[in-house]
Amino acid sequence: MPIEVNGKTMETDEEGYLADLNQWEPAVADVMAKLDDCQLTDSHWEVINFLREYYEEYQIAPAVRVLTKAIGKKLGPDKGNSKYLYELFPYGPGKQACKYAGLPKPTGCV
Amino acid sequence: MADYEIPKLKEYPVIPVLQPGVSAHLKPYVAKADFQTALNFPGELVENWEQKAIDKIGELKGKYRSLQVFLDSCVKCGACTDKCHYYLGTSDPKNMPVARQDLLRQVYRRYYTFAGKLFGKLGIPGFVGAKEMTREVLDDWYSYYHQCSQCRRCSVYCPYGIDTAEISMAAREIMDSIGVGQKYCNEIIAKVFKIGNNLGLPQPALEDTLLGLEEDVKDATGVDVKFPLDVKGAEILLVTPSADFFAEPHVDGLMGYAKVFHEAGVSWTVSSYASEAANFGMFIGSYENMRKVALRIREAALELGVKRIVFGECGHAWRVAYSFLNTLAGPFDFLDPNYPVPQHICEFTHDLIQKGKLKFDKSANDRRVMTYHDSCNVARASRMGDKPGGQFTIPREIIKAVCNNFYDMPPDTIGEATYCCGGGGGLLTDDLMELRVKGALPRMEALKHVVENNGVTHMAAICAICKSQFTKVIPYYGFKMDQIVSVHQLVSDAIVLTKQ
Repeated sequence: MPIEVNGKTMETDEEGYLADLNQWEPAVADVMAKLDDCQLTDSHWEVINFLREYYEEYQIAPAVRVLTKAIGKKLGPDKGNSKYLYELFPYGPGKQACKYAGLPKPTGCV
Repeated sequence: MADYEIPKLKEYPVIPVLQPGVSAHLKPYVAKADFQTALNFPGELVENWEQKAIDKIGELKGKYRSLQVFLDSCVKCGACTDKCHYYLGTSDPKNMPVARQDLLRQVYRRYYTFAGKLFGKLGIPGFVGAKEMTREVLDDWYSYYHQCSQCRRCSVYCPYGIDTAEISMAAREIMDSIGVGQKYCNEIIAKVFKIGNNLGLPQPALEDTLLGLEEDVKDATGVDVKFPLDVKGAEILLVTPSADFFAEPHVDGLMGYAKVFHEAGVSWTVSSYASEAANFGMFIGSYENMRKVALRIREAALELGVKRIVFGECGHAWRVAYSFLNTLAGPFDFLDPNYPVPQHICEFTHDLIQKGKLKFDKSANDRRVMTYHDSCNVARASRMGDKPGGQFTIPREIIKAVCNNFYDMPPDTIGEATYCCGGGGGLLTDDLMELRVKGALPRMEALKHVVENNGVTHMAAICAICKSQFTKVIPYYGFKMDQIVSVHQLVSDAIVLTKQ
């Protein structure tokens, strides 16, 4: 189902991930979040921004542990755990956050 | 939480009242052309697919004698009917193993048996349980052969030993051969060919992740435990599911393997080229793709010059490794014949425990009361150690060596009779979440039993799929995701590191 972002139509795959990841812009995350009845806060953006930085360097989403460690360093140790990330992204930080951030979906036994 | 009804956990398992067609809508996304062609399958439904599917049945039953026997020998005794977790969880009669088999068997009967041909010509094939190959049949195949996790529990109870898993693998191969593949499996296999693992984790990301783990272990223990990558001349090549690098609680298990290797004083390495134990080629019944995936392990072992291959905690990988690796990718005459080829990490750790070479502080696990989930492919399709039933005793002996509190779930839900986690066989995908939640029902009932009667707090597993499936579905049944742990996570928490 295509999504409308700032007047542009963007294709998504069956699971709602951007078909062309190069089309990503911050407004994409807001539009996708709205579809999930979710309002993005600064805390969400901390995660999304880290995902994008990591993806640019490594061409893949970070492992859960790499993500929690990075968030813990930035926002304090009480937030460096998967419980906090699941509170932010109830469908799973690996998948829901990756979708908003314009990363490919992690595949495999995860 | 879900727009379908979550099954209620009962005191004891109840055979549900039939609800025909209730899970017909559960079908995974179909693979796009790119994923199909990467595996040497047609990109979309081919012309004249009905005949091509029929021909493929003929080819497969010629190639695999077992398939022909399984298609011929069912006497409809019904012993399997209530043995499938998907039937128990969904109530759909087509999830009874015999009915699932019959979806393929009816077409086989129509075109490959005398009675089927005769009554087919008379226009009444149904009289002898035969059916024409039609779109409706193909749709049923796509739904219900993707509601089988190939766990083989039904085959334990079948007096003829009919293995539904093989029939379901054959059906998936037939569908792939006419251009109707499953997105989840086929996208993943294509990734293994391109990058080396199911996740698509490239070498630099793998290196960064492993360095991070070294830091973490150093911070927690003060000891330099290495996580080597692509080290030539190492003694052991560790082949583990890529989920071990990525997900929780998998990664806690990986840290356990590293600590065990450290204490054993052996050199080891992960390979970025064969950075995956899983082999989804088996799930789709494709010998060619399974072989191609397996050969990467051989190539990596040769390239790195290792002497031993050890597999990490991955259920179906151990089936492929234990039962097929030698014929798929052998001979492994270049490895050290004094060790099993290949060896399971549980065998490796158990052996050291037996020899008294590992030191544990069991109290480190005192906050946990453990139970253990036997993974289907380890339980029913392989062994461990040198004694029958080693695949059941070895993981339990490891847990008991590192934990003070252990209770088994009821006997008809463990060992050879173990229930699938609900996500095996290539079904661990979000588009089948309803099936996964419902298929977990029998295991959840067994878990509830020991939670209430023995105060069990955690369930350990040795399969990446089981771990991911459970962490995702147990919250639907009122448990918490961190109640699932890796066996080597328990080892990791209790092991006393004596070497610098």
